[in-house]
Amino acid sequence: MSETIVHNTGAPGAEERRSYFVREHHPENGSMLGFWLYLMSDCLIFACLFATYAVLGRNYADGPTGAALFDLPLVALNTAMLLLSSITYGFAMLAMQRKQLGSTLLWLGITGVFGVAFLSLEMYEFLHLIHEGAGPQRSAFLSSFFALVGTHGLHVLFGVIWLVTLMFQLKKHGLTPENGRRMMCLSLFWHFLDVIWIGVFTFVYLMGVLP
Amino acid sequence: MLDHIDLTKLIFGRLTWDAIPFHEPILLATFAGVALGGIALVAALTYFRVWGTLWRDWITSIDHKKIGIMYMILGLIMLLRGFADALMMRTQQAIAFGDNAGFLPPHHYDQVFTAHGVIMIFFVAMPFVTGLMNYVVPLQIGARDVAFPFLNNFSFWMTTMGAVLVMASLFVGEFARTGWLAYPPLSGIAGSPDVGVDYYIWSLQIAGVGTLLSGVNLIATIVKMRAPGMTWMRMPIFTWTSLCTNILIVAAFPVLTAVLAMLALDRTAGFNFFTTELGGNAMMYVNLIWIWGHPEVYILILPLFGVFSEVVATFCSKRLFGYASMVYATCVIMILSYLVWLHHFFTMGSGASVNSFFGITTMIISIPTGAKIFNWLFTMYRGRIRFELPMLWTIGFMVTFTIGGMTGVLLAVPPADFVLHNSLFLIAHFHNVIIGGVVFGVFAAINYWFPKAFGYKLDTFWGKCSFWFWFVGFYLAFMPLYVLGLMGVTRRLNHFEDPSLQVWTIIAWFGAVSIALGIGSMLIQFYVSFRNRAALRDVTGDPWGGRTLEWATSSPPPDYNFAFTPQVHELDAWTDMKKHGYERPTSGFTKIHMPKNTWAGFVIAALSAVVGFGLIWQMWLLAGAGFLVMLVTIIVHTFNYKRDYYISAEEVVRTENAYTKLLSSHV
Amino acid sequence: MSGHDTHNDHGHGHDSHYHDAHDHGSLKTYAIGFILSVILTAIPFWLVMNKTITNTGTMGLVLLAFAAVQVVVHMVYFLHMNAKSEGGWNMMALIFTIMIVVIAMAGSLWVMYHMNTNMMPSMMPEMNMQSAS
Repeated sequence: MSETIVHNTGAPGAEERRSYFVREHHPENGSMLGFWLYLMSDCLIFACLFATYAVLGRNYADGPTGAALFDLPLVALNTAMLLLSSITYGFAMLAMQRKQLGSTLLWLGITGVFGVAFLSLEMYEFLHLIHEGAGPQRSAFLSSFFALVGTHGLHVLFGVIWLVTLMFQLKKHGLTPENGRRMMCLSLFWHFLDVIWIGVFTFVYLMGVLP
Repeated sequence: MLDHIDLTKLIFGRLTWDAIPFHEPILLATFAGVALGGIALVAALTYFRVWGTLWRDWITSIDHKKIGIMYMILGLIMLLRGFADALMMRTQQAIAFGDNAGFLPPHHYDQVFTAHGVIMIFFVAMPFVTGLMNYVVPLQIGARDVAFPFLNNFSFWMTTMGAVLVMASLFVGEFARTGWLAYPPLSGIAGSPDVGVDYYIWSLQIAGVGTLLSGVNLIATIVKMRAPGMTWMRMPIFTWTSLCTNILIVAAFPVLTAVLAMLALDRTAGFNFFTTELGGNAMMYVNLIWIWGHPEVYILILPLFGVFSEVVATFCSKRLFGYASMVYATCVIMILSYLVWLHHFFTMGSGASVNSFFGITTMIISIPTGAKIFNWLFTMYRGRIRFELPMLWTIGFMVTFTIGGMTGVLLAVPPADFVLHNSLFLIAHFHNVIIGGVVFGVFAAINYWFPKAFGYKLDTFWGKCSFWFWFVGFYLAFMPLYVLGLMGVTRRLNHFEDPSLQVWTIIAWFGAVSIALGIGSMLIQFYVSFRNRAALRDVTGDPWGGRTLEWATSSPPPDYNFAFTPQVHELDAWTDMKKHGYERPTSGFTKIHMPKNTWAGFVIAALSAVVGFGLIWQMWLLAGAGFLVMLVTIIVHTFNYKRDYYISAEEVVRTENAYTKLLSSHV
Repeated sequence: MSGHDTHNDHGHGHDSHYHDAHDHGSLKTYAIGFILSVILTAIPFWLVMNKTITNTGTMGLVLLAFAAVQVVVHMVYFLHMNAKSEGGWNMMALIFTIMIVVIAMAGSLWVMYHMNTNMMPSMMPEMNMQSAS
């Protein structure tokens, strides 16, 4: 990383010959650490929303409960979409390591399709709930439900926009180190969203239908 | 369908001519002053033809030094606004007794104390602290910039745009009347149907994004970009406290973002997080906001503890006593700050077991801070103390902060807090620690690092005036508040019935006036120093006999900071270099890789302010369109892959030779 | 992103930075992670949809356990989390975050339970009116 050249040292007669500077220093790239730190902060936003759901999640205000509203098969399908998108993104990363641009773009595209499928199913679910009178204004339970699940959905939406942008940039510049870094950051983001979803389907949906 | 859409409402939302406070003389006068000042500034900039320089060298700069200076300027400007609020409050409380209603009706007074708190914490203290860390940390670790220079520029402009929105609330609409933390249900749509709380929410959300990204930036910088040989326990103590501060920022600010978002959803979209019906629970807001709020005050103070450590060691010509214990104490404070938050609402009703737990943790957290005070004292013992301005401010801090800390421990006892919560005693306590700790620390830091940043020292006479006016003024202003608090007087009152209290508020008023003179003296100090800069010049780059690497550069440093990255062997690397007769290399310079300036940070931040304004006034078209433009701008920016350039070897040679010449002229 | 990334183009002979110490996984690890995740998702859904465990508390704990395990699976197989990436800083950041999350969530639940019991009796019909001490 750096070359230490013994140069300019101590005063004449000094006991040790120490060098006090380095001619060429290349600090390590901080992108991965920086992005991971950002993800940790995002994790904390979700933690707040989870905490709010934990505290307010049974405040039905005489309105509909989770057991009455949640369509578990639909949620299972959604979960599958997200999980599949995770593995297809993994395949995109593998293709990138094999320096295959075409294959990378293909797998990225498929990932995007799964992401859009997830979002569509979620939009359908939300609209259905609102149509039934179970919108976020109905009770604190529903407010925290829509905020938590909706925030996750917004993150997926931004992930899809980022993915499409990156596909254009890959087409334009190819598999450069900078693009490699961007792929890795998006990879972290995408998998992180799947991790959050584990929390969502467990804590909100599965536990939400329990009496 | 089309005839149902009211075009005016779509474009202008809630914004009408009524939003402009034509009937409030104080605001009109303020506006006139600001407008005239603004016009004068624009005229001056045009006359001196510096718009280009301003854009190229400052607004689009990604240089951590320039950004650090801009943060300090932001903090100073907002200090004047926040202090104006303080003077107004002190004056109102000095005269409004019995039949005298004063000059600030509750409607206005409530905005004044809310704005005072929001501005001082978010737009004075945070920018000062961020500015110091931004300027100093890369230099102290021997780096050329932070890890993400573009993000740094963006962070600054986001903070500034938050301040712009708060200032806009003066002249268009009004500000929140809820206190600086905007508790629901008062801050909900039913309690505050006007735009004030929306200004509060969106200015803080925007500034909060800037701060969070700054936190990520500085952590990555400290972890990844230290000079070779600078192990963890050879890092300057200010860098250590900065690291812990930024970890706190990354871990705390997301909570603020989430809570304010929930409040916004309650207000704008009819959600029921914190409402009084349909299952909402306002106490959850208080709980969450203080989970952020307590780490926030440690974010404010930890960097200044680092400043004091550097200053004491330098001006006692002695290595800091107990460096390792200082590091551990800082880390312990960082972790413990997450375990005390409930002490801000002992009286909300969580009961004895919960209150006891948090009371004990609050008392424990005072211990590492006490250890620090002892370490500073032990550093001073048998040192050769020089009472330069930074040292004066530091001693002022030690006395003042200790008193404030002690009243904090008193408040940590839940039964005592049941009497003193939300009284003037509390106000006195937190001003005691914030002014004694943060403000005095910032002024110590300014006097300490000003020569490095600008190449000349600050005038000593006016600096001493400033110090003594501030010091005396603080005690005059806040000791009476301790007395009043113990007598049971509540905070945030704009009028009193009991005339026996008036003597205290009058003494406090004189304190505020003294502080005003202190601020005035500091402004004069800046002006006088600038005028006498030739005489006050710092030629060597090391005017105080410093111990850390920032003093190894010229004053001001070149854009690239170090022509050659330093190699570190010991703690207090610069002292080590000086001890071993280090000679600055004068040849062999090569080209240096640097990041380019960018317009994107300023533009994206400005767009976010537009979106914020649109959301506040429910101008959905503006907000939506603004957001789309912002998104497109961000995407366009990511298509820019050419973000760096090289400073040529010839230019480096020229810069270094000029410095060599300057150094030899000094001897 | 950082501007320090173009050194590779200058032929210094060292590998491009993003290959340093980053575990990238293989087809095998992604496949294992995927299969494990499917299993760890299917079981909880099956348990709930078939109402196999009647005690809400127990069911809750079982579900949380499955979720915790699946999170670890994701971390290891998809996010390539290990104690060495970024010099151990990723792991440290994760541990610190988890600590804060636990404090914030457990703390909030503890505090709000007491607050609700003492201050919102109308919302706690099953609770006896005795205040939580």
